[in-house]
Amino acid sequence: MAIEFKLNGSAVALDVPADTPLLWAVRDELNLKGTKFGCGIGMCGACTVHIDGVAQRSCITTVAAVAGKNITTIEGLSENGDHPLQQAWVATQTPQCGYCQSGQIMQAASLLATNAAPTDADIDEAMNGNLCRCMAYARIKKAIKLAASGEVNANV
Amino acid sequence: MSKQSVNTLSETGISRRGFMIGATSAGFTLAFVPHALLSSAPAHAMAEKLFEPTIWYSIAPSGEVSVNITKAEMGQHVGTALARIVAEELEANWDDVRVNHVDTEAKYGLFVTGGSWSVWQNFDLLSRAGAAGRASLIEEGAKLLGEKASDCVAENSFVVCKGKRISFGDIVAKGDLSRAYTDDQLAALPIKARKDRKLVGAQTAAIDIPAKTNGSTVYGIDATYPGMVYAKPMMPPTRHGSVVKSVDDSAAKSIQGYQQTLVLDDPSNTVPGWALVIADSYHAALRAARVIKIDWQAGPGADVSEADLLQRGAELLAGDTGSLVVDNEHVDHMFDAADSVLEASYVTNTVLHFQLEPVNAIGLQKDGRWELHTGNQWQSLILPTLGQALGVAPEKVVMRTYMLGGGFGRRLNGDYGVPALLAAKALGKPVKVVFSREDDSRFDSPRSASVQNVSMAFDANNKVMAMQHAATAGWPTAAMAPFFMGPGTNGEKFDPFSINGANHWYDVGAHRVRAVMNDLANETFRPGWLRSVGPGWTNWAVESFMDEAAHKVGVDPVAFRLQHLTANGANGGSAPNSVGGAKRMARVLQRVADKAGWGKKLPANEGLGVAVTFGQERDMPTWTGVVAHVHVDPASGKVTLKKLNVVIDAGTIVHPDGALAQTEGAALWGASMALHEGTEFVDGQVRDVNLNSYQPMRMADVPDMDIEFVDSDHQAVGLGEPATTAVGPAIGNAIFNAVGARVRQLPITADAVKAALA
Repeated sequence: MAIEFKLNGSAVALDVPADTPLLWAVRDELNLKGTKFGCGIGMCGACTVHIDGVAQRSCITTVAAVAGKNITTIEGLSENGDHPLQQAWVATQTPQCGYCQSGQIMQAASLLATNAAPTDADIDEAMNGNLCRCMAYARIKKAIKLAASGEVNANV
Repeated sequence: MSKQSVNTLSETGISRRGFMIGATSAGFTLAFVPHALLSSAPAHAMAEKLFEPTIWYSIAPSGEVSVNITKAEMGQHVGTALARIVAEELEANWDDVRVNHVDTEAKYGLFVTGGSWSVWQNFDLLSRAGAAGRASLIEEGAKLLGEKASDCVAENSFVVCKGKRISFGDIVAKGDLSRAYTDDQLAALPIKARKDRKLVGAQTAAIDIPAKTNGSTVYGIDATYPGMVYAKPMMPPTRHGSVVKSVDDSAAKSIQGYQQTLVLDDPSNTVPGWALVIADSYHAALRAARVIKIDWQAGPGADVSEADLLQRGAELLAGDTGSLVVDNEHVDHMFDAADSVLEASYVTNTVLHFQLEPVNAIGLQKDGRWELHTGNQWQSLILPTLGQALGVAPEKVVMRTYMLGGGFGRRLNGDYGVPALLAAKALGKPVKVVFSREDDSRFDSPRSASVQNVSMAFDANNKVMAMQHAATAGWPTAAMAPFFMGPGTNGEKFDPFSINGANHWYDVGAHRVRAVMNDLANETFRPGWLRSVGPGWTNWAVESFMDEAAHKVGVDPVAFRLQHLTANGANGGSAPNSVGGAKRMARVLQRVADKAGWGKKLPANEGLGVAVTFGQERDMPTWTGVVAHVHVDPASGKVTLKKLNVVIDAGTIVHPDGALAQTEGAALWGASMALHEGTEFVDGQVRDVNLNSYQPMRMADVPDMDIEFVDSDHQAVGLGEPATTAVGPAIGNAIFNAVGARVRQLPITADAVKAALA
């Protein structure tokens, strides 16, 4: 029986086992590759998506658990890749290898949606589950603050 | 030695080759060619692709300048840096420049991205390639404008002559740029003085970044191919010599999408005892793998522990085997004659790469050739192995290039590509192998554990007379690239990457460095090159020991180091790479000490610690000074890293913000390996295979950082690694200065600090 949910605003129906991780459904069944596989146990954050607007780890979330819900991936965060966080990520030249950054941005977007002016401690707490193996952490934090300030300008 | 083996440049940068410009379908292509070809027609040379294997570029009639990049993009923005060097001398408008990460082809020459070598090896070469293009464009542009070349200049992708101008694109479309340059002519081309540079050293946005903010960058794991099946490895009990005895997949047969479990037959012996779970989807393969049972006959090392590895290291150091990398006269005599001797032993534990994108690859056959789709750092090294595995010549294998979700040296070893091609051959269809995180950790070629003994002889006035340093670890180069091994003074071969750092720039009188391969490590696993390789442990020993020596003789650790950075003899450096030698090392040390407020009063249980290194190797010194500021809780032994001050002299900086980003990441890697990472071998396998127990630094652990580059016009050297290795000893030395606890093992655990306090 097909499992139905909304992905980046569009209705989708998947005929996969109910225990299929949302991560692999999104990447391999629905062919949106921006959401990444890092650890498979919900501890690196590379697979972060929004489920009804809240950042969640798609590698440990089954498709059955998201039936009827709204899923947003990095591809659906903004129309043209110009969410203030995405602009701030460019302005601060944050990504190195970039592999974790979809998850970092989705996590940060969830933070800013509920806390428009996070403190350093708020950012640490919200982002500590997102590993950046290149250790671009200082720039990630700077980018979140820049986006929160409303003064982002991607031109460097 | 590393330089001679991979760097085809002479000291002047351009020996044994010429440069040619010829018409191609892309417009005009500009490439280095063998000398013998300089007399042939450029168009013929280009059409037949006779050019010297090298990096090269082309200019299209549209004006687009496309720079071909053979270097892996893994976060260092290498394409941006290399293309900036070409564009600077070409006088191209940066907006017209594209980078093209090419697939492996013989015409591009060597594919290797490591050692922090990319900018260093290519700066002069690409500058001259750009300058030759500029000179040709000016000559041809002048002709088209009816002017003398001497009245023309190139700027911003135009040739400008006395108020008239023509674009590079129009010159390509209307003129004939065909030229050939001998190396003498190339060497005579004017290269810009620093004050005239517009791109090199100026801020710019990295070309690869925007796509990394919207999910559109294609990493190896994102690649697909029509008709492919998915595969998940089943990891054998040992890295070497395992054999599959039986497979029981009865419980998997009912799993939707499961196809079969394929036992690999590997003529290259890269993946002995391997089986792959083949399925329609990766999630089906994961599901099946959980219920498939395989019985293996284990290979060597199945019972080896970390303690065994360290014990074997200590035994080897107690003997006199190994290679003498430095062996001055009279070392033994000086130690015999010494008034006092300081000795210390240092240990580092196993470290994982844990690049965030688990290794993966698609293997397939197409048009009579085999293709491997994957991100990789040393394609030229693995291609012969891939050919051996398939039973074909290496030329029959091409590696398609993708972005890397982290490299850090893991992907210098392309072993993970072998199973994809073996499976593709066995099944007759494209196969995508994706390692789970746990598979990736078990199959990692980790940084080997190391053991080192260091000693120093002093006279009655506490003057240093001699120093000895013996180091042992698993040697990646012996395992994977033995052609890089060179002989020591006693004729025994050594892995330069595993001892670099011990051959330091301090003047310590008679000096001996002995490198010994830990044979048990190499038998048990495949040691890997991990960001900085040997300096990750040698600098831990050297820079911890220099502090211990300073405290022994009652001299301030900064002053003690400066006393021994005399720049005498070979430590005075040489052109072009190490001009100034130890004086430049002293300068970054003094500068970082000043910036950090060395000597200032700190609250209780806080301390500053210093370390200074030359980065990767004496042939390419990146002078790196670090001061760490720590707080130590004496009750628990817990160390908090409050701040890192870093001062680096890397010569000419091409892409300043990229240099800063690399240094930020490298410094935090050093801190992470000192305080957060490290694993141990248990029963021949690494103990920690995922983030529940392997715990690299997170955002909340990040210290304040103040990073400064010395304003320098010297030879551009490497930046991807150097900051990594100075941070650990700076932290160790800071702990000592904070609470008097001397730690000699990496990672530094709270328990070890507590024990050292007792």
